[in-house]
Amino acid sequence: MRNTENYKLLIMVTPAIAVGVAFFLLPLARLALVGAVGPSGLSAYVEVLTNPNYFSALVSTIVLSVAVTVTTLVIAGIAGVFLERNRFFGRETLISMLTLPLAFPGVVVGFMVIMLGGRTGLVGELSSFLGLGRVVFAYSLIGLFTGYIYFSIPRVILTIMAAAEKLDPALEEAARSLGASPWHVVRDVILPALRSALIASGAICFATSMGAFGTAFTLATDIKVLPIVIYTEFTLMANISTAAALSIVLGIITWAALAACRAFAGATAAAAG
Amino acid sequence: MSAKGGTAIRLVGCAKTFTNGTRALERTALELKGGEIIVFLGPSGCGKTTLLRVIAGLESPDPGGRIFFDDEDVTELPIERRNVGMVFQSYALFPNMNVEENIAYGLKVHGATPQHRAKRVEEMLQMMQIGELRLRRVTELSGGQRQRVALARAIAAQPRVLLLDEPLTALDALLRERLRIEIDVLLHSLGITAAYVTHDQGEAMAIGDRIAVINRGTIVQTGTPREIYYHPASSFVADFVGTMNRVNGTLRDGSLELPGGRIPWTQGGTGAVQALFRPNDARIVTEAEAQLRGVVEQQFFLGDRTRLHVSGIADGLVVVETSEHREFRVGQSVGLRIEPGALLNLRD
Amino acid sequence: MARTRYFYLQLAFTLLACLFLIVPVLMSVIAGLTVNFFQGVSSGLTLRWIGVVWDLYAETIFRSLYIAFAALSVTLLIGVPAAYVLAKRPGVVTRLIEEALVLPVAIPGLATALALILTYGGFRDFRTSWVFILVGHVLYTLPFMVRSVLAVLSSFNFRVLEESAASLGAGFWRRFFGIIVPNVRSGIVAGALTVVTLSIGEFNLTWMLHTPETMTLPVGLADSYASMRLEIGSAYTLVFFVMITPLLIALQRYGLQRVTTRGPA
Repeated sequence: MRNTENYKLLIMVTPAIAVGVAFFLLPLARLALVGAVGPSGLSAYVEVLTNPNYFSALVSTIVLSVAVTVTTLVIAGIAGVFLERNRFFGRETLISMLTLPLAFPGVVVGFMVIMLGGRTGLVGELSSFLGLGRVVFAYSLIGLFTGYIYFSIPRVILTIMAAAEKLDPALEEAARSLGASPWHVVRDVILPALRSALIASGAICFATSMGAFGTAFTLATDIKVLPIVIYTEFTLMANISTAAALSIVLGIITWAALAACRAFAGATAAAAG
Repeated sequence: MSAKGGTAIRLVGCAKTFTNGTRALERTALELKGGEIIVFLGPSGCGKTTLLRVIAGLESPDPGGRIFFDDEDVTELPIERRNVGMVFQSYALFPNMNVEENIAYGLKVHGATPQHRAKRVEEMLQMMQIGELRLRRVTELSGGQRQRVALARAIAAQPRVLLLDEPLTALDALLRERLRIEIDVLLHSLGITAAYVTHDQGEAMAIGDRIAVINRGTIVQTGTPREIYYHPASSFVADFVGTMNRVNGTLRDGSLELPGGRIPWTQGGTGAVQALFRPNDARIVTEAEAQLRGVVEQQFFLGDRTRLHVSGIADGLVVVETSEHREFRVGQSVGLRIEPGALLNLRD
Repeated sequence: MARTRYFYLQLAFTLLACLFLIVPVLMSVIAGLTVNFFQGVSSGLTLRWIGVVWDLYAETIFRSLYIAFAALSVTLLIGVPAAYVLAKRPGVVTRLIEEALVLPVAIPGLATALALILTYGGFRDFRTSWVFILVGHVLYTLPFMVRSVLAVLSSFNFRVLEESAASLGAGFWRRFFGIIVPNVRSGIVAGALTVVTLSIGEFNLTWMLHTPETMTLPVGLADSYASMRLEIGSAYTLVFFVMITPLLIALQRYGLQRVTTRGPA
């Protein structure tokens, strides 16, 4: 009886496995292989780390992603905890607006940055109105940074709110009854409770920033972030093996960041429970 | 086929070992007459639920085990083709259906005509007195109501066998007491063969024609509630079913000598012996009639009876229960009498 | 509860964050409806740019919808049964399958797209058809469907429901379609909304996989940003907002948190 059931279950899961193997695992293996059989052989991977152009792109992408992650966690952390712990008129609307950009593709986010910091952007208008000259930042590193924060805030806020919802108000009341200041409450009660949510959403934020392509593409920035370098190598230089090697390196970094945070968050959750 | 018309169940050499190596059930043989109601009683993890699931067809027995419904070998039949009704501890009502649809489900699966379905559902609603709930979502029901719907659903399609897995455990004490009586009446009026799993000895006493006490995957005793209670076959059964006093004494000249006195002994033997008796088998009597004398250490008023802890009778405290209305004092001396037939002598 | 100084400080901060996200959206909406954005709203409001977008890009809009619903069909067809199997037989093998199914979310779309092109780029008919894009979208959205359904399956004891259905005579497929599917409906709905929303907005994969004949909405957006005047890009963006907002509102109703807290979008 169980055997015929196993047989049926196998039939049910086979299409998903077939799609995954044929269109993902095999192509990915092929990609890794192509990276290794280019003119420079296996050293294509080494080249990624030794060629100053690629290496600096790698480093600046990582630095940018870390900066975006930290900034987003602070902004979304404060707003998320605030929205979850307070009930006031307009709260629902605020939440809706803060999560609206969740479904924006990178290109649209890039366009939003142009709206803010482009040649006719809001910031430029304001600064020239104030007599400070026309400030244009959309096409610089700051523009990229702004765009990445723009698409990261909605994701992180949702995770933080979900975690803050489980926060036991009695803990805070207990801390206050013991004379803790608001700052102590934040440090000793709220932050520890949000720890795994912060780690998880931080890792997602980092991985998304590392791989983001649309925003940088729209801003046509001079900043060499890894996805842009991969795209340029592939389409303009036809340097396929380097593009493949860079893609694999990028994929490993994002996957490892997510896996590490999951292992870490899992371990802390186990330790806490 | 029995006179009552229910399906007889026969298990031959049924053991169950799970894939992780856990031996949940030792080789078991069991026969149920048609229309008989048996209770599987035992502590949690003893294998009683596994035994029920083997009968249901939710678990298949290890190779060699066979299960018969009347003369039909159903061992290879999956549960959906055994035509059993089952009631689960968590009720397992379908949240996507209302009460009526839940009850009709089995009939629908069996291809009953809409008219027949409607008629049966109506009968079930009447029988369980839940007519007014027919269109409710099951999430809106109380625990007791859910239990009634679960029962109605299980019997609507007239199964050959009804299997109940701790059906009352999730309910509060008062409701449990009431429903156990209802279930007993219902099962007997249906004349259906039923197996009922519980860890609650009170429930087992109230419902079963026969009780099978299970421990560590083995049926250690089967018998009527009375047999199980008054003639436990082992000290495990004695302890699991009700409270039992154990006293160490010496046999001499047809009497059991205890620190608090001596009582007649009819079971033979000599030397040191451990004897067992139920708290309500020790009667409180006047000083003149007393065989044993002791001192009240504590008393607990339980409403319908009073429980005393008495010292001086044996090496430890002895528990005595009486339905007398008077109040006892701590330190008061009492005399006890125990009929020879109430004394048990178990080897294990 | 008395509002403290901290409350208003945090409220102000949250409002600022909200303005940061919303102001550019409003600006782009206005730009798409203004005769000349450089001169401001005073130049007059018009639907002209929307009309231009419609003439130039209507095809991309329909193609995106088409692909989104195709992706939805495929993820429903293969994702829901797969999620059920993963929940039904937890173990090392199913754990590995789940990991592999979810992996496309952890790997940047660019890398996945490159891998697909390197492997299947030689099949010209396949490479140039919209199905090539569909494959990418299915890879990217399937994890969300699987996870969404898995989350619901792990929130209630579906096994005992199956057992009780079986005891009433229901066979395997009847249990799956009659008991499991209706009871994980909320997960399927949330998953479906996520799949459609993500597919309509997908750019990273699609930019690499598309051909001039298979442009989708986000690809068209990138094209308009690069080569059209600002008002047209804005009007096009406005069309995108109009398409995506109802989906997002529905998602916010149907457990957006459950879906997004489990992985990157």
